[in-house]
Amino acid sequence: MNFEPVIGLEVHAHLKTDTKIFCSCSTKFGAPPNTHVCPVCLGMPGVLPVLNKKVVEYAMRMAFATNCEIAGESRFARKNYFYPDLPKGYQISQFELPIAEHGHVDISLPNSTKKRIGITRIHMEEDAGKSIHDPGRPVSFVDLNRTGVPLIEIVSEPDLASPEEAGAYLRQIRMILRYLSISDGNMEEGSFRCDANISVRPAGQTELGTRAELKNINSFKFVEKALAYEIKRQISVITGGGRVIQETRLWDTAKNRTNSMRGKEEAHDYRYFPDPDLVPLVIDDAWMDAVKKSLPELPDARRARFISDFDLSEYDADLLTADRKTADYFEACIATGAPTKLCANWIMGELAAALNARGKSIDQSPIPADALAKLLCLITDNVISGKIAKTVFEEMIETGKPAQTIVEEKGLVQVSDASAIEAVIDEVMTNNPDEVEKYRAGKKKLMGFFVGQVMRATKGKANPGVVNKILTNKLS
Amino acid sequence: MQLYELTIHEARDLLEKKEISALELTESVLARIDAVDDKTDAYLTVTADTARARAKAADKAIAGGTAGPLAGIPLAIKDLICTRGVRTTCASKILSDFVPPYDAAVMERLSTAGAVMVGKVNMDEFAMGSSTENSAFKNTKNPWDLTRVPGGSSGGSAAAVVADMCLGALGSDTGGSIRQPASHCGVVGLKPTYGRVSRFGLVAYASSLDQIGPLAKDVTDAAILSGVISGYDRRDSTSADRPVPDYGAALAGDVTGRTIGIPEEYFNSKGIDPDVRAAVENAISALKDAGAKCIDISLPHTPYAVAAYYLIAPAEASSNLARYDGVKYGFRDMSATALSDMYTASRSAGFGPEVQRRIILGTYALSAGYYDAYYKKASQVRTLIINDFKNAFKKCDVIAGPVAPTPAFSLGEKTQDPLTMYLSDIFTLSANLAGIPGLSVPCGFSKSGLPIGLQLMGNYFDEAILFDTALCVERAMGIAHKRPRL
Repeated sequence: MNFEPVIGLEVHAHLKTDTKIFCSCSTKFGAPPNTHVCPVCLGMPGVLPVLNKKVVEYAMRMAFATNCEIAGESRFARKNYFYPDLPKGYQISQFELPIAEHGHVDISLPNSTKKRIGITRIHMEEDAGKSIHDPGRPVSFVDLNRTGVPLIEIVSEPDLASPEEAGAYLRQIRMILRYLSISDGNMEEGSFRCDANISVRPAGQTELGTRAELKNINSFKFVEKALAYEIKRQISVITGGGRVIQETRLWDTAKNRTNSMRGKEEAHDYRYFPDPDLVPLVIDDAWMDAVKKSLPELPDARRARFISDFDLSEYDADLLTADRKTADYFEACIATGAPTKLCANWIMGELAAALNARGKSIDQSPIPADALAKLLCLITDNVISGKIAKTVFEEMIETGKPAQTIVEEKGLVQVSDASAIEAVIDEVMTNNPDEVEKYRAGKKKLMGFFVGQVMRATKGKANPGVVNKILTNKLS
Repeated sequence: MQLYELTIHEARDLLEKKEISALELTESVLARIDAVDDKTDAYLTVTADTARARAKAADKAIAGGTAGPLAGIPLAIKDLICTRGVRTTCASKILSDFVPPYDAAVMERLSTAGAVMVGKVNMDEFAMGSSTENSAFKNTKNPWDLTRVPGGSSGGSAAAVVADMCLGALGSDTGGSIRQPASHCGVVGLKPTYGRVSRFGLVAYASSLDQIGPLAKDVTDAAILSGVISGYDRRDSTSADRPVPDYGAALAGDVTGRTIGIPEEYFNSKGIDPDVRAAVENAISALKDAGAKCIDISLPHTPYAVAAYYLIAPAEASSNLARYDGVKYGFRDMSATALSDMYTASRSAGFGPEVQRRIILGTYALSAGYYDAYYKKASQVRTLIINDFKNAFKKCDVIAGPVAPTPAFSLGEKTQDPLTMYLSDIFTLSANLAGIPGLSVPCGFSKSGLPIGLQLMGNYFDEAILFDTALCVERAMGIAHKRPRL
């Protein structure tokens, strides 16, 4: 029997607001334990939460970007459970009335078709703190710096049919979050987390199978691995005559397998109810319009524009728009007049490689966009050759000097003057009489040898076009 | 006359005229506490030193002409209002050592107004109760009869006011916790409109119902205190951003042309004591005589208020009290070795039986499979009760009725029967569920000499009309000056 997997993902993304969702403590990562705390996020007696407006606006941005309907009135609810890193004994989240519902995103499949994935809902909530267990002693510590850091949870429909689709969906969601500048989307640092609901069913069956929830999948690689493992496991349970049970399973990174964490019976009853400390969140049309207007161009739209306006291939457009900063860099480059295709090649080639080697992102590039554009213009203006440009580029990366300065300091200006080049060619021909004979006898392949000799003699500065033309004349 | 016998407005006049000093006044009140509190047990903490310092500061301010409206006035504060640097226990073992590093919003307002806190007063643990017998520390006695309860949960506040151990007090009212003890002790108590007073720093019992309010020796004092503590606070999202009228200035005691609604459901209740009925009807007649028009109205969903309240309030409480888990502050059972055992042991030993009862009740009401039948249904009933009042206030300006079905009952009389205890709030719960203001003003005494209060309820933010109507009652009854002999 053939089985098909049915996958839905719950993504938690930290919002990068300056302050927490219900108090004015800093959200900055990496501070000494319990230094970014106040009575409100510590859950002390008598204190009250006040909603950070910025969090609402960030959630609205994501809602617009994923084509959701935004609720004119939504509510915060309390999710009740006991844990030492949850100081109030409840997490403020949204339950019955989330801020946004009924959206979708399109993902690209390997066969270059698109698939639409439904977004069930987006809601806002506060993060919990962190428990730190001492491996040497039976002691645990609690760090509440993270308590109250704003999150949005993005819940997909069970529309994903393979681990690869799940991966593509996650990358799409992360790309949108980053485009909107609302989240770092960093899975390893925990600012982007994912739980997966997965079931399998015989191909063609419409009824869903029993699902398992997978937790602790903290990298893109693990998401696909854990899902692939879980699909195999569920299929073997069914084909072995057993039944999949509804449970929560944890991905074990070391052993590459999922293990049961708790069954349906042990599932928490979170006793959700509307938080009486917070009034219903009302979003009027004016606020919605203002946020909508502030949205940047989204990746799909930008990709389409790059293809139509700049005549780029789909491949180039995909690569350039995958990251907003790269796309911004590219647009800044061509704004100064450099040719689009040359810019695209250099950004994805030399620049990407150089940044990669130095562990830098494009917004930390030692060569700003306009400086790269000026270098590329030196090529198109025949001031230097493409080959010399690479040398200049290396120098620019190291020193940050402008291309023009480097070219002048090192005397790298391309020689296009015919008489100067002719003199060099005469010398080369005089020094290599045998090769001239052989060429004239029909060994036309030797043209490369002559060009090479001229280039060596001019230290690569001779204009290759002019060299070719004069050589052809003189040798014939 | 002793200085501690003064009302706030009397003391204010004397302080302004510099006939007395704030320090003298505070010393008088502190001496009174020393003299009689071993009989009433109203105070949990007396802050004599800081009170003297504050009083001296008030004297300076008065001398310098910069005195606030409560400069030098000694007040008692219910022990679930956070006071920076002063133990705030909520009358619970679980918070017996809790010293807040912040002041409640009302404390900031009192402080700005120049008030002098003389101490923190007893209550039912976490404001859960109607007799102050649920305090983990001691039973407060009714100053009129030391074998009886002062009411609750703000029993310490009411007893301290009527025993002249302060000039006024703050309490909190979630289901009647200001009005019922005010009635039982013979003082004026107001539960303001929900949102009128900031809840920031009020330790939560049931967040959608809790409201801080004054307990005072007379209506004028209650109006003065209300004016100081009311107003918008951005730290409380449920706080109302609208101006606060000058309640004191609006007082005339003139009810001519005012329509008083008499809800039949508050009088056909079987449990209503004949003395209470007589005193309340007498007060209503007095209002009529003073020119008010009385009409019969109906609040048809009144019989469901107790059930709705005892689902909503415990549900919220079960969540609000989850933070007392032994992890961060407060009581922890050190014998437990596993986390879940520590939770169970700390909470079982830290909370008293009534608090545990309500946590269990509320947890159950919110549980999967029961939420719709209990919490949600109760919320729907709450909407119907709100509509009852909206309809009623189309026909009348004020609703008048009893505060409690009986005068103060005996210590221990109802402690074994929580349901009977819950029914003592039957007439006060509705105002909390609806969020409207409610006031208790003394209107008579029972045959055995126990005070009885008249309850006045008004439309949202109509506190001024309540004070004015209550002043008319106060003048007509002529009993505001009466004090128990201690």
